[in-house]
Amino acid sequence: MPQWEALGESAVLLRWGHTLDAPINAAVHAAAAALRRACLPGIEDIAPAYASLLLRFDLDAWSAGGTRDALGALHNAIEPLLVAQPDGNTMSPRELRVPVCYGGAHGPDLAIVARHAGLSEHALIARHCAPLYRVAMLGFAPGFPYLLGLDATLHMPRRAQPRVTVPAGSVAIGGAQTGIYPNALPGGWHLLGRTPWRLFDAAREPACLLQPGDGVRFVAVTADEFAAQERADP
Amino acid sequence: MSIEVLRPGMLSTVQDLGRTGYAALGVGRSGALDTDALRLGNALLGNAATAAGLEITLHGPTLRFNTRGAFALCGADFIARLDGQTVSGWSAMAAEAGSVLELGHARSGCRAWLALAGGIDSPTVLGSRSTDLNAGLGPLPQALRRGDVLTLGAQASTPRAPSTRWSLDPRPWFALTGHAPLRLLPGRDYAHLDQSSVTALCNVEFRVAAASNRVGVRLNGATLRLTHALECVSEGCVPGVVQLPPSGQPIVLLGEHPVSGGYPRIAQIAAVDLPRLAQASPGSALRFVLIDLDTATRALLARQRARADLESRIHSRLAAT
Repeated sequence: MPQWEALGESAVLLRWGHTLDAPINAAVHAAAAALRRACLPGIEDIAPAYASLLLRFDLDAWSAGGTRDALGALHNAIEPLLVAQPDGNTMSPRELRVPVCYGGAHGPDLAIVARHAGLSEHALIARHCAPLYRVAMLGFAPGFPYLLGLDATLHMPRRAQPRVTVPAGSVAIGGAQTGIYPNALPGGWHLLGRTPWRLFDAAREPACLLQPGDGVRFVAVTADEFAAQERADP
Repeated sequence: MSIEVLRPGMLSTVQDLGRTGYAALGVGRSGALDTDALRLGNALLGNAATAAGLEITLHGPTLRFNTRGAFALCGADFIARLDGQTVSGWSAMAAEAGSVLELGHARSGCRAWLALAGGIDSPTVLGSRSTDLNAGLGPLPQALRRGDVLTLGAQASTPRAPSTRWSLDPRPWFALTGHAPLRLLPGRDYAHLDQSSVTALCNVEFRVAAASNRVGVRLNGATLRLTHALECVSEGCVPGVVQLPPSGQPIVLLGEHPVSGGYPRIAQIAAVDLPRLAQASPGSALRFVLIDLDTATRALLARQRARADLESRIHSRLAAT
């Protein structure tokens, strides 16, 4: 069961650990799914992260009846939901195949990352496309997925000088993580390629193509396929 | 019905109570940094509590009412004139078509909220009209610019028409007086502060750095240190979290903070004091005092209930006028 850490008066972090770790993250997503299904009143946000889940609640709703012990009331309501939850590892996440045009103008750091990993560019692309990644969390900016599952040989410290603007759709590596810039943003990760997908669009339903807990596999496409898909995307 | 921006002011944004429920997608709340002040302004006008107004910063905008309207300015004490006549805060004022509302600089504090009868009525984005400057979200995804035209909703008609005959006493809502320390809860990593940093946190005067904004208040003062470096993985944040980056200069998160962060968390500003923190202009001095969660919760509930009570009394009084 998670540890409960109050985060101010009207939020709590449920914590399963302190590391980037696939089984821990799966437990977080299983709990997030159980909480979303339960539709408890007075819960304003359920935000999964790598090893913890943020719950923001309506203090007034949960401290009713003269008691100020909102956390106690939440604990009593939520722990049974988590107990009833099957093992997080048994979840089968949605799996999305994200097209990526690696290298060239779309991936200006591909050669640097390949050199750092001691691989050819071709082998680097194959290794980046191999795993089934998990959307560990969305953060930094709307729709920015932090993906778990990067091959250890591809880990690489962030750039010494972050770029002022990274183009939307850039697929990148920062430390032990890989992710996709949903919009043009400043960023310090190494850029391997770009996807033509628009990951986040507030005017679209759903606004965010990737959801926390989703499985993601990268599929290499040519520059022509990239251009065709970019045009086709509404 | 609309208003037109003649001069945008230093940083004026459309804000309501914020964008709730999208943290899982990496979308923060944004919203007015003092929702009580905005809500009371809306109440004075007979608006819904969720109506969007303008948050103004240090130097306000100049606005022209294209149609007859009404407004209420709550928050810091700004120089304000309507067609040359002095405007007092915390009361509803009527404006004729063509009237120009000129908001000058803050005499004290940093921010105020201009509620407008009918509210700013642009379509919501993910359930809110709040501007999130960093994420570029909102019907107006950036600060006001000269020439912007803001559409207003239908004004509440009687029995909820705004009265210009009375005003609120801001003092319970807006204690800028003196230098009472901001109340602080120990954060998760408080126990990892070294002894001199523990002492400094509540004894040293911190100054608000110029780089502060709606995302966070950056503090200069004592350099705070942990006894050992902590490896933190990114996790959910809320306003008021006091982060300690490697520089040792703490950052307090405000309403436009990113949904997650990975710095050590040494403390948490009591929510009841966040509106006061939102008034801390660059260069101003802040002190801190530790309290416990139970005390902070009681203080917050008391403030929320007093505010709700005041809103309902304003509604009754408008209904009676």
